[in-house]
Order: sequence, then structure tokens, then C-alpha cells
Amino acid sequence: MAYKDEKLSEEKVFKDPVHRYVHVRDRVIWDLIAAPEFQRLRRIKQLGITNLTFHGAEHSRFNHSLGVYEIVRRIINNFHDRKHWNEDERLLCLCAALLHDLGHGPFSHSFEKVFKLDHEYFTQQIVIGNTKVNEILERVSPGFSQKVADTIAKTYEDKLVVSLISSQIDADRMDYLQRDAYFTGVSYGHFDMERILRVMRPIDDQVVIKSTGMHAVEDYIMSRYQMYWQVYFHPVTRSAEVILSKILHRAKVLYEMRDYTFKLKPTHFVSFFEGEVDLSDYLKLDEMIVHYYFQLWQEEDDEILSDLCERFMNRRLFKYAEFNPNLQMDDWAELYELFQQAGIDPEYYLVVDSSSDLPYDFYRPGEEEERLPINLLMPDESLKELSRHSDIVEAISGKKRTDHKLYFPKDRLNELTDEAVKKRIKEILYGQGAKEDVE
Amino acid sequence: MLNNHAKIMQFFSVTNMVTGRKKLQKMIYILQKCNLPFEEKYQFHFYGPYSEELTLRVEELCNLGFLLEEKEDKSNYYQYNYQITSAGEDFLQQFSLDMPDMTSKVDMLQAKSSRFLELVSTMFFFDDLPLQENIEKVHTVKPKQKFSDKEIDEAVTFIAKLKQ
Repeated sequence: MAYKDEKLSEEKVFKDPVHRYVHVRDRVIWDLIAAPEFQRLRRIKQLGITNLTFHGAEHSRFNHSLGVYEIVRRIINNFHDRKHWNEDERLLCLCAALLHDLGHGPFSHSFEKVFKLDHEYFTQQIVIGNTKVNEILERVSPGFSQKVADTIAKTYEDKLVVSLISSQIDADRMDYLQRDAYFTGVSYGHFDMERILRVMRPIDDQVVIKSTGMHAVEDYIMSRYQMYWQVYFHPVTRSAEVILSKILHRAKVLYEMRDYTFKLKPTHFVSFFEGEVDLSDYLKLDEMIVHYYFQLWQEEDDEILSDLCERFMNRRLFKYAEFNPNLQMDDWAELYELFQQAGIDPEYYLVVDSSSDLPYDFYRPGEEEERLPINLLMPDESLKELSRHSDIVEAISGKKRTDHKLYFPKDRLNELTDEAVKKRIKEILYGQGAKEDVE
Repeated sequence: MLNNHAKIMQFFSVTNMVTGRKKLQKMIYILQKCNLPFEEKYQFHFYGPYSEELTLRVEELCNLGFLLEEKEDKSNYYQYNYQITSAGEDFLQQFSLDMPDMTSKVDMLQAKSSRFLELVSTMFFFDDLPLQENIEKVHTVKPKQKFSDKEIDEAVTFIAKLKQ
């Protein structure tokens, strides 16, 4: 029997708190899960540092990847024998679903920003490069790994296959919303996935939703919206992210100084600092390694690096104030100068964070074909964009809420001895006559 | 602070008006591929390269009153047009950006349709491929657009001019 058709002698299951069970019967999938590059995902948390805000959020990209695979497996089971569905694409869909996040590194978002990396590039490199995952995929058929890479990159010729893995209502989002809600313990993020799966229909080049299932989709869109503001963009998590980014910046600056000697040489970071990260270096760095460095960098001679690491490890985060860049540009310039006067380096301790710094997919009706929307399949077989039919979706996909905050170490401000500087900084941050304990 | 916002505002300061979100998305992507230092992350989507980060940033700039967004009813769809406001000009003046002059490139892009820019940006997206493979890939990922040989030739010439 060809490797691609090989089945395990009996079905294997992974117990899963979101989907109850993840079912595996294909030998290829079983082998991919066992590959070192996939096992590495156990050491990359799905929500990075969100566990500093929601202590339950310790789940990994491994959990999520299995979840996405399971959802796609169920969708494909429902599509069996449906017009437009090509059963020959089944294994490709399952592999792409399982491997779609393979290139995520530790604390992906901050690393990508600071070191100008792209996890999607590394996903491609792992899938088509010299790896165990690639070896398994090429056993399926020569060129199969490239098909998987193209599907994940959304450049595969069969758009229906791509839309299962990545669209505005795909297996990826359906898994992470439910999984993140479960592990953070919030009450948002829940929707009737079983219902959505039942009303999904494959058409020529996309998956659409039978119009009778619109209300289940409304719930899903609302979940996305609420999870963004309540979990993903939580201001305390953003504070930790600001500190994490500044640690990486500072370590890179010290490395580039050349005359600074690290007590703990940043061996695992060197290629990141040099801007020449190859796949082997990338795969070696996981969150446990990063934590190890941060733990020891608390002892560094550089006060900024040691202070930032101590804050990160012990959750001594920055406080924040609302900031309006339109009305407060002069305030920013003055604050920057006051921080310098006070001996608090504003490059590391005064940070504006905007909602666009954490891009997250809100629902986009794609009115000008900038994105493919969620289409409803009407009884007469015509397609209708979701927000044109749903008042709820129309309301939340209209004018968007945006947000800017200013982050700073309040404890350092409280310690200032120059009372005039201290008073003026607080006046700007909290407004005239504000109390000191304002966040 | 807000440097990436300022770079986008610099772009709007050299355009009189950008007509349409799709055109805006493709223009910034193409300029990025011409080494203008825009940092918005792009991914390939159904209609070519798209940046959610750019969409969010433009929404922020609109909410701050730095950009004016006008919704135009085109009978079967809406088009969104953007131009810089006086508050946006004031905001931009606070920055000393080290950006190369993009005026001539912006003028070239402004003169083209969003369909043509979709083709150009898609060709840029696959620019690691040899030309013939690049063209084949464009037809593979965009079969419905049915780009003609004439359009493809025009895009190849246009890209060469942009890179000059």
C-alpha cells in the first residue's frame, strides 16, 4: 500500500479539552506529529505572555495545531460526496491544517517585530527544507511538500482547499477562539461550532455558509470581536509585551556595542542580533531557552537589561495611561525630555503602544475586494456577503474602535527625588490634580 | 513613537487622494517592494498581497482625525477614498523622517487601476521566481481575473520602470 494511503491498525485519539478527542488514522499524520519540528511546538505557548494576565493561558501551539487538524478532519468528513469537493485533496488539507503554525518561534510577535522576522517564512522553510517533516511529506509523493507549503501560504491553485485553512471563517480561527477562551477562563469566545460545520458548503473556489446558519456565524464574529479587546489586546498583556520587546532591543544594542561583555554570552541569540537567522538556529530557540537567558540576565551589569529582565520574570510591569496622539503630541515631547532629566531612559521606559501594533483579524466585508468576505448561500443559490444580511455584523464591521496607550514604570517615577520633575510628569500622565494611585 | 504611522502619513502627503482601499493596499505593498521603508506586514490573500496591519493603521489615522475617509456609493459596491487633513499635516511636521522621495513612483501608481495594481503586486509577491514561472504562478493563483498577455507585458514593463 502506498504510504499516503496507509492507515494505523487502530485509530489513535488525543484527549482534548476543546474538541473532546482528536482522531488520527492516517500514518502520515501520525508520523508528522512525532517529527521533532512538530514536537517543538509544545515549547511555544499559543498566547505568548498572556499567562501573565490570565494565568490559565499556558496552552501551546502544539495543542492548537492538533485542534485545527481535528476541525478540518470533521469538515472534510461533512464534505464527503458533496459537489465541488475533491476527495484527492483530503490528505493535503489535513497536513496543511496540522502544520500551518510550524514556523512560530518563541514569543513570536515581539521577536518578529524586533528582529524583522516572519514566522510564515520559517513555516515554508521547515516544510520544504531539510527537515523530518519534509522527509515525511516527500514520502507521500515528490512535490507534495511544496503543495502543503503553497496551501499554507494561500498560493495553492485550489482556492477551496486554501479557504478551509485560511479565510475569514476557517478552522484556525474556530480553534483558537474556543481554545483561548477555555484556557484563559473568560466567558467570551464561545459559539456553536458544530452548527457552523453543518452549514458549511464547498462551492467552486471557497467555503460558504448556508444562510440558515447565519446566527451561528454572528456568534462567531462577536466572539472574535470580544476576544480581541478582552484577551488579545488586554492592556496588562500589552505592558508585558512592551517590556519583552525592550529586553530584546537592549540585548541587541549591548551586543552591537562590542565593548560590553555579557556575563551569560547570548549564544542562542547571536544570529538574531546579526540578522542572519538560519533554520537550524531558529529551531533551537524556544520559550524555555529564552526564559533561561532572561533569568540569568537579571544578574547582568547593564542596569537597563537587568531591570527589564527582573520586571519580566517577576511580573513587575509598566503602568499605563490613555494617550491621544492628536491632542498630546506636545505632551509626548515634554515627557520625553522630563524622563531624560530624571535619568530614566525614555527609549526603554516610555512607550506608546497602539492597537495596530497587534494586528488581529476583525471581520472585513471586503467591499472593494481587498479581502474575501464570508458569503452566505441563499435559497436561490446566490451568494450574499454576511454584513449585508446581518445587522449585528454590519454594526461591528463599521467604524472601528482603536486605542493608544502610554506605558511607563510608575515605581521609578514614585522614587524620583526631584519633586518638580515628578509633579510635572504626573500632571501630564494623569491630568492636573490627579491622584497618584491612578493607573 | 508612531514612526510607522508617520511613514504612512508621508505617503498620503504626496497623494492628493487615494481612491479605494484595494488600491491603497497594493500601492503601499508595491512601494515596499521598491525599498520604501514601510514596515506593514503583508500576506497573500484571495485578491493578492494584503496587510491587516495597514488596514488597522489607516483606521487609527482616521479615528485620530489625521486622514479623511469618504465612502462613495458605486451602485453595486462602496469605495473608500482617503486624503490627509490639516491635523494630519501638523502631525507629520513633528517627525523628521528619513524617507526617500517617492513622488514619481506614487504618481505612476496613482495613474493605474486597482486591477492592474493587483497584477503588479502579485508579480512582485512571486519575484523570487524566474519571469516565466512568475507569470504561470499569477495565472494559477488568479484564474478568474484572466489577465491577458498584453496586461502581463504591460506589468513587466511597469515593474522595470518602477525599479529604475
